[in-house]
Amino acid sequence: MKKGSQPTFEETAGTYIENAQLRRNIGHATKTIRDKRQLVVQELDDWEELREAGRQIKQKVMNNLDRYLLQLEKSVSKAGGVVHWAADAEDANRIITNLIKEKKGTDVVKVKSITTDEIRLNQALENEGIHALETDLAELIVQLAGDEPSHILVPAIHKNRAEIRELFKSKLNLKELSDEPADLAEAARLYLRKNFLKAKVGISGGNFAVAETGTVAVVESEGNGRMCTTLPDTLITVLGIEKIVPEWKDIEVFMQLLPRSSTAERMNPYNTFWTGTTEGDGPQKFHLVLLDNGRTNVLDDETGRQTLHCIRCSACLNVCPVYERTGGHAYHSVYPGPIGAILTPQLRGLDDRSAASLPYASSLCGACYEVCPVKINIPEVLLHLRNKVVLHQKKEGGFRQKTDPVHLAMKFLARAFSKRSRYERLQKMGRAGQWFYKKDGTISKLPGQLSKWTAIRDVKPVPEKTFREWWRDRK
Amino acid sequence: MNISLFITCFNDTLYPETGKAVVSILERLGHTVHFPLEQTCCGQMHYNTGYHEEINPLVERFADQFESAEAVVSPSASCVGMIHEFYPKLAALSGSKVLQDRIDALIPKVHEFTMFLVNELKVEDVGAYYPHRVTYHSTCHSLRSLKIGDAPLRLLRNVKGIDLVDLPGALECCGFGGTFALKNADTSAAMLGDKIRHIKNTGAEVCTSADNSCLMHIGGALNRQRSGVKTVHMAEILNTTEEGAQV
Repeated sequence: MKKGSQPTFEETAGTYIENAQLRRNIGHATKTIRDKRQLVVQELDDWEELREAGRQIKQKVMNNLDRYLLQLEKSVSKAGGVVHWAADAEDANRIITNLIKEKKGTDVVKVKSITTDEIRLNQALENEGIHALETDLAELIVQLAGDEPSHILVPAIHKNRAEIRELFKSKLNLKELSDEPADLAEAARLYLRKNFLKAKVGISGGNFAVAETGTVAVVESEGNGRMCTTLPDTLITVLGIEKIVPEWKDIEVFMQLLPRSSTAERMNPYNTFWTGTTEGDGPQKFHLVLLDNGRTNVLDDETGRQTLHCIRCSACLNVCPVYERTGGHAYHSVYPGPIGAILTPQLRGLDDRSAASLPYASSLCGACYEVCPVKINIPEVLLHLRNKVVLHQKKEGGFRQKTDPVHLAMKFLARAFSKRSRYERLQKMGRAGQWFYKKDGTISKLPGQLSKWTAIRDVKPVPEKTFREWWRDRK
Repeated sequence: MNISLFITCFNDTLYPETGKAVVSILERLGHTVHFPLEQTCCGQMHYNTGYHEEINPLVERFADQFESAEAVVSPSASCVGMIHEFYPKLAALSGSKVLQDRIDALIPKVHEFTMFLVNELKVEDVGAYYPHRVTYHSTCHSLRSLKIGDAPLRLLRNVKGIDLVDLPGALECCGFGGTFALKNADTSAAMLGDKIRHIKNTGAEVCTSADNSCLMHIGGALNRQRSGVKTVHMAEILNTTEEGAQV
């Protein structure tokens, strides 16, 4: 993707905010899942201990990632799988395309996987004449609509069932179809079933990979993932290198944290674990593609590193007041919401102006940090990245970024605050300068950037006396 | 007790009444209030916008002004949160071990005003009288950064004559977020709109909180809409007795 080819968050957020149907769909869905999550989390007395355990395991992984990756490669190979290393999206797509071509397959079924969305695998395959069918219900909806996912867990969260009914009727050529969830699911099931039986190759992502045993896991709700990972002769799994856990027993922690945080369930309906290949049972060829694509850069940053702890539960999206109002498309990334706001700029780099706008797409309310099952301090990373954005603009930005008036204003204010006489002069200037804007005891219109404030808010004028003036007079 | 007031640049300039109320309450409770005149700003706006290098002098300045204090009290939850959470980082960034040690020693003495009353002075009834319908907005920084708990509500429940009503969606951000309100004006407006709707639905005449920054944002919109609801900092409510405002 060309750098800077996409809009910034603030450039398009307003368009999504104005979409009443979208606001209603996302507001309703996030509130429902948020409330349910609260209930199932409260049930566990040791929730905080579990979060801390999750954090510590992930921290251990990041501190020893080189070692665990090699251990994983060894374990997977020993169990009959083949490990491939992909430095970036292009690498991964080439590896996968070649594997499919070797099988002479043109029909591929896919399990829901954001990692493959990240590398734009479907488009890459399409360019080579291979159609990868999304089999997760929500991903299928997104694919049929030619749309983009807008949520990590519920990619079609922005669509309601009436919209899905219309889509299915036209794309699946159905004359009669109600908007009942059961009927919609049945329509998708009938469409998918024949494809499951036909496909020679299945592609999946993975929630976890155990370095000790080489076991890979997919956690899902529909069973379509189970079909993709068991029916085809060849299974290709694309995994971000951060998805490792050291030992089999670590799974216990994450299998409690993940379902409760994501779908607000005690346990997912389908949890598929496989270790390499088994003769006469399931795929006879298993390929594991380990993807970097910017992750080692994230690992290099001491504060930003915790972003790689993410287990893609999406609890932070569901509690985020910004995400709730804009939906996922405003982030222009496959990773939306608070986690996307810290992951995307680190993966893509700060030359990408769209990605560099994301750390500012937060009011810093901290609700995300509170619910994160592996305790990623998202506000801390947001602030850290904002600092990096400012430094990057000043040093390596273009003329407009280098001369941004905000840099100058901040410098001026920092200088004023560093000396009492300058600070007090600034207070007096503010009081004197407001006469032009003050009308009937209030200010309703301010110039420049501040007009964004007065567009919907009045400003109380600066009073006659500052507190310090009152204090001095009082003594 | 000798208490040093950190008024914050925001309250000093725009909300002097809040500072006066804090002084009045603390003196009424028998304490001596000091106001170091060299104090300016904690640097929160800079820090939250990504300008970290610029404000290192402010960290040192804060230490200069307040390290000799017995206790430091401030009527701004977000500025106190800034000091507690980020001053140690900024001190580390400066590379000065001396500054780090000074900040580490100072931070436990820096308190948000309502938490100071309830947790340190163990006072929940300050003898206030406020015969109005009031709803309380718990700011995100007080709630999640400072872990303010129910300190403000305990104080409000002890105010005579008050009709305290719960704010629906109380745990949700009002959309201020400092420069967020300008940089992401559309999103901020959408969040503010919902907050205003909840406040109006309570039928309260007054919306209060432990931070004037959120109140400036909320109050600015309430005023623009001629809603008949005003915003008042907690300290000013607590400083109103049967004899009126005690300044």
